[in-house]
Amino acid sequence: MVDRPLVMVTGSSSGIGRHLVEHYVRADYQVVGCSRRDVTDVAGAYRHFQLDVTDEAAVKAMFSTVRKEFGRLDALLNNAGIASMNHLLTTPMSTVMNVLQTNVLGTFLFCREAAKLMRARKYGRIVNFASVATPLKLEGEAIYAASKAAVISLTEVLARELADFGVTVNAIGPTPIRTALVASVPEDKLNALIARQAIRRFGEFRDVTNVTDFFLRPESDFVTGQTIYLGGV
Amino acid sequence: MTQDTDRITDLIWDAIDEVNALLPEDARIQRSEDAVLLGAAGGLDSFGLVNLVVALEQRIEDEFGVTLTLADEKAMSHRRSPFRTVPTLRDYVVDLLKQTSHG
Repeated sequence: MVDRPLVMVTGSSSGIGRHLVEHYVRADYQVVGCSRRDVTDVAGAYRHFQLDVTDEAAVKAMFSTVRKEFGRLDALLNNAGIASMNHLLTTPMSTVMNVLQTNVLGTFLFCREAAKLMRARKYGRIVNFASVATPLKLEGEAIYAASKAAVISLTEVLARELADFGVTVNAIGPTPIRTALVASVPEDKLNALIARQAIRRFGEFRDVTNVTDFFLRPESDFVTGQTIYLGGV
Repeated sequence: MTQDTDRITDLIWDAIDEVNALLPEDARIQRSEDAVLLGAAGGLDSFGLVNLVVALEQRIEDEFGVTLTLADEKAMSHRRSPFRTVPTLRDYVVDLLKQTSHG
């Protein structure tokens, strides 16, 4: 059992997820993370689970371990996601299935298992990860944008289903950040995307944690079902 | 199986105690075998029922080391719900555990 609040981060081995881990370890949280790759180089109160977020048995086993070892879960940052840039006419169904399974089914599974742990203390914060790809209706990202639209819909419905349990459910929609997820996107496409933002610059990790910090605050208990997009999208 | 049946009954009462602690006094389940858990005559609302299901699933996992899904479509479509009383819930869990051990 731990006295300090526990935050769980999915997709924690790299990019935004890795930054979230380091940010909340520094903020004196107990942090639990998971990803398909192992993570062994985080200093401080961090416990890693190597798993695929779509593997229900592995995910349930992880939550069982967290319940028995830590006895609490205060916040879930549902960051794990995969992107795909491809025209409709050349998108294989295997890509469609992978994107939907990770971004939609993985998000659903973690929300469900997290809420089971949070309900006992009638307190919890869930932050899902949307994307500006949805409101900007990005060409070439049909299935990615659709998967993130589903995440927003999940967020809005679960906010209502979990309100009586003291659990808020919100979402953040980051703009492009210089991570591996956007590394394969051509520079001219990224610049064209950023030109459609009210504030025309790449996002930074601190922009994300600024919003997640707000959602995680105990004082944010009257904020639920909301999606905050970065960059004025 | 009698021993297991007694253990399951204890787990159900433990789960009810946990759920009662989350509910206002006038919505709590009485500690009686005849108490209605779910039904037209009263019992838990949807918030209480969801809490009871999850609290009991966690206790069964801790006690028997198996992960059961108590509220699947089959259970919810039963003409007579297994969640009516403590004895009906106990019999339902016993059946599920038997199926798991034979599966």
